[in-house]
This record gives sequence, C-alpha cells and structure tokens, in this order.
Amino acid sequence: MGLWEMVTDPFMQRALVAALLVGLSAPVVGTYLVQRRLALLGDGIGHVALTGVALGWLVGAGMGLVPDDVLAVPGAVVAAVAGSVLIEVVRRRGRTSGDLALAILFYGGIAGGVLLIGLAGGSSGSLMAYLFGSISTVTMADVWVTVALCGLILLIGLGLRAVLFSVSHDEEFAIASGLPVWALNMAVAVLAALTVTVAMRVVGLLLVSALMIVPVAIGQLVTHSFRRTMLVGSVVGVTVCVTGLSITYWHNVSPGALIVVLAIGVYAVVAAVHPLLARRRPATDPHPDIPDDVAVATPAGDGRQEECTP
Amino acid sequence: MTTLAPGSAHLSETPPAPDAPPAIEARGLHVRLGASPVLRGVDLTVRRGEVVALLGANGSGKSTLVRTLVGVLPPSAGDVRLLGRPLGDGVPWGRVGYVPQRVSAAAGVPSTAEEVVASGLLHGRRLRLPRGWRARVREALDQVGLADRAHRPTHQLSGGQQQRVLIARALVRRPEVLVLDEPVAGVDRPSQEAFAATMTRLVGDGMTVLVVLHELGELAPLVQRCVVLRHGRVVHDGAPPHPRPGHEDSDHEHVHPHAHSRTLQRAEDVRLADGPFEARLDARDDSAEDEGAR
Repeated sequence: MGLWEMVTDPFMQRALVAALLVGLSAPVVGTYLVQRRLALLGDGIGHVALTGVALGWLVGAGMGLVPDDVLAVPGAVVAAVAGSVLIEVVRRRGRTSGDLALAILFYGGIAGGVLLIGLAGGSSGSLMAYLFGSISTVTMADVWVTVALCGLILLIGLGLRAVLFSVSHDEEFAIASGLPVWALNMAVAVLAALTVTVAMRVVGLLLVSALMIVPVAIGQLVTHSFRRTMLVGSVVGVTVCVTGLSITYWHNVSPGALIVVLAIGVYAVVAAVHPLLARRRPATDPHPDIPDDVAVATPAGDGRQEECTP
Repeated sequence: MTTLAPGSAHLSETPPAPDAPPAIEARGLHVRLGASPVLRGVDLTVRRGEVVALLGANGSGKSTLVRTLVGVLPPSAGDVRLLGRPLGDGVPWGRVGYVPQRVSAAAGVPSTAEEVVASGLLHGRRLRLPRGWRARVREALDQVGLADRAHRPTHQLSGGQQQRVLIARALVRRPEVLVLDEPVAGVDRPSQEAFAATMTRLVGDGMTVLVVLHELGELAPLVQRCVVLRHGRVVHDGAPPHPRPGHEDSDHEHVHPHAHSRTLQRAEDVRLADGPFEARLDARDDSAEDEGAR
C-alpha cells in the first residue's frame, strides 16, 4: 500500500481532514491557555466532557435512539462548555484556587462518566473510544461538525488575537482599559471547551490537552513573540497530527497516542538542540547602552568604599 | 539630569477649563481586600492639567486607591468618576492611560515590546487593532526611548526598560489622563531619567497626571500637589512638602559612605513640614525602601 492508496482511501481522507483541522486549531487556543498559566485547563475540561459523553449516552438509551451513543458528542460539548464556564467563575470568585477547582473537576468528571455509563447499560469499555480517540471511525457528519467548530475556533482565536492577548497577558490592565474582560475570559473558556470536543475524536479526552499545550511549548522554545509562538505551535500541531495518522495507516498503533508521542519527541529534540544553536551566537551584553551605575570599590580605594550591612 | 525644566514653568500654562469636570473624582471611597478595610473614606479630586503625587508608606493604600480609581477593584462604598463619568462602560477609556506596578514574573508565552504596547490601543468596545497600529506603537516606544527594541521579547529587557514598555502601552492611545503606580520603583537610573524627561514633555502638553511615588525624586519639579495616605485615610492634601536643604536640587546626588544611611536620607525627602505622623511616616518609608531595594 503506497501513499496514493492512503490519500484516496475515503476513511483516511475524512480522518486526515479532521486531524489537520484539529492540529491547526488546538495550539491556537493552547497559546492563550499557556499565557494565562492554565495549561492544565484542557485536561480538566476533558475529564468533564467524559461525564457529558456518558450523560448523552444515558439520554440516548432512555429515548431509545439508535445507535445509543448518537448524543455522546453533543453531550460532551454541553458538559465541556458548562465545565469551563464553571472553572472560569470559580477562578473569578477567587474562593477556591484554580488548581484545586481543576483537581475536583478531574475526579468528578471521570467518576461521573464511569458511573453514568453503567446506568446507561454500557461498560467502562464503551468509553475507551472517547478516552483514547477513534479517528478511524470518523463519518462525513463528524467531518462537517469538525469543520464548523474549527472554523469558529480559528475565527475567534485569530480574529480577536490582539484583545485576547491583552486579557491573557495583563488582566488588570485590560480591566483598567474598560475592555469586556468577563466576556473575553468566557470566550477563551468556551473556545477551550470546543477544542476539547473536536480533538476528542483524534487523540481522545485523556490526551486532548497535549495537543493544545505541547506544540505551544515547542513554539516558545524557538521564538520570542506571541504571534510566532502561536504560528509555530499550529505548524507543529498539523505536522504531528498528519504524520502520526499517516503512520497508523501502515502500522497498527493507536493514532492518538502516536500523535502525542511524536509531539513530545519533537519537543525533546528541539529542547536538546536549541541551546547548542544558541551558543553559536556571539555572547553580547544584553544592555550595552546602560552605563555602569554601580561603582565597585577596589581594595586600594580612596577609603570611601562601601560596606555591606546585613 | 539636565532635561528637567524649572518646575513652575509649566504650571501656569495649562489652567483647567472652568466648566470641565475633574479628570478624577472619588467621594467617600471605602475598599476592602478580603476582610480588612484598606481604604476608609477617601476623597480625592484631580483637576484637568494637574499633576498630583500620591505618597504614603507601604500598606497605606496608595496602590489600592489607584487600582480602584481605574476600575480594577470594586469599592465597597463611595463612587468614582473619570472625566465626569461614573466608572463603567460610559467612561471614555481611550482618554485614560494606566501604568500598573511592574510584575517581574515572566509570562507564560514570550511577547515582544511591540505586542505589549499594541494592547494599549484596545479599550472600551474597541476589540481590534486600528489601521496603522504599527506606526502608533513605534511612536509610543519612541516617546520612552525604546524604538529600537520593538521586536525584542520583554523578558530580555531590563526592569527599567520593562517599566518603560508599560508606560508606552499607556501612552499609545494618546490619553489625557495618566495614572501611574510607582513608575520608578526599582528602576535603573537611565530609565528614571528617560521617565522624567517623558513626563516633563507630557505635562508641558497639558497631561493630567496622578502618580504613586515613594519619593518625589526626579519628578519633584513637576508635582503641583501631594496627597499623603496613611492607614487608608488622606492625612495631607496640599503643597508638596519642602525637601530638606541640600536635597531641593533635582540633580543632587546621594553620595553616602554607607548603604543604610542612603535609605534614611531618601526617606527624609518626603518628610512633611508638619503633622504628628511625620516620624512614623519616615519609619515606615525606611522599611519600604529596604523592600524596594531587594
């Protein structure tokens, strides 16, 4: 089987389109999360989305829908959005620290998901496809949902980049500029929730966050600007998603896991090589124009040398 | 320090318009942080074209006051008007510039000076950068003497340069009112001089300024009025305190054989001419200086 067979295989075509879009948009949202020091937010949302999947399943089974997981993805979207809005509210109220709120969501999301799937007549095995991805079963309808949601994520994430940067970079200044900070924070939270649900099919809920965060970590190793970090993140995201998925066409391994391992491998190589390249540049004084305003006393000074007080 | 003009030269050139509402007006302001009251009934008015310094020891509520004035902290009682409009969507935010205290923690994602300053162009309902934003950002960076650093990541700049980037971010929207929170704390000497030169030019053009300071320092010739806070109350509102003999010259140098005596003499710069709080203000300021030196 060659490359041509792969790109003409309709299963593979749908999967490649989904992987490409997710690889493009997940790092865009991830850049804002890293900027806000909420790198683990995607994980928290992913866990909550699992409860949503099970809830959708339960409702579908109760209504006698066929197949009974037809409401799983809508359930995940609803739960993810609700969870991310909840985290944002908790963060804003400041009663509970952000990481504590995230931890509670982690445990509640998984436990709730496993509990509900049992009530729906399934087993925890039914959740495996959502936990670790199921890109080979992407349908044409799934592709259209992915196109629509990724389009929305890119439209907001790139179109409002300057103001989302402002809010993520210095929230206090954004408030003092009269910006609608609450609405913008909510926008980031909802973008993160939508990203989690579209990436669920590709890498699975447990690995979703890796696709949002690891490409950004690579980007900030090699660039000095917010815009370029986002750009490099998206390029890396697309590359690892498409490469990882293509490899699974020939080798029977989990696409989600392979994509994440590839991304972390790229990070490790860049982190190892980057200092070697940086050392080649001549060492320069970073602030050559700043005069030396501290007079260092010499032992043979004029008797006015300073003493250090404890 | 030769860039400063004699202090009184600008003061008479920008008389406040008689009918214009004050630039900043706070009435009966009470603010709590958690359970503790930080501001207890503060009244403050800054008229158009005025340059007001907010002084006081650490913990006296200076930063809390300016953060409340620009809407960052909600007051538990009292109200604030900016340019005649109550805090909220009605304030013409494009005419107000705020320079927060510099936080030295490195951000999660690197950002260039240009990117940080550009965010100053967004305010109120303006969520997207206007046309020609690059030129305006360059102009603002030029005003603080950092035009050549536009594409440098801010975490590679010195503390003083980072502070100047924050000032450029406030200036890029061409405000009429500038609120600054300790703009020269822990800032290297060249940046302090660049800051004083920038402020002299802005005040000459009629800028209204409210600035939190530990000592008047380079800005002494510009400041028309001093408001001193102590334990969340205004304890002095009037003429700047007279500096001690030998300290009145804006370019006097602190030449001290011993680091500790330097902090003592700097604290004395803000000693007030009268009032029972004088000695304690100095004592508090001494520890504040130590903290700033860290």
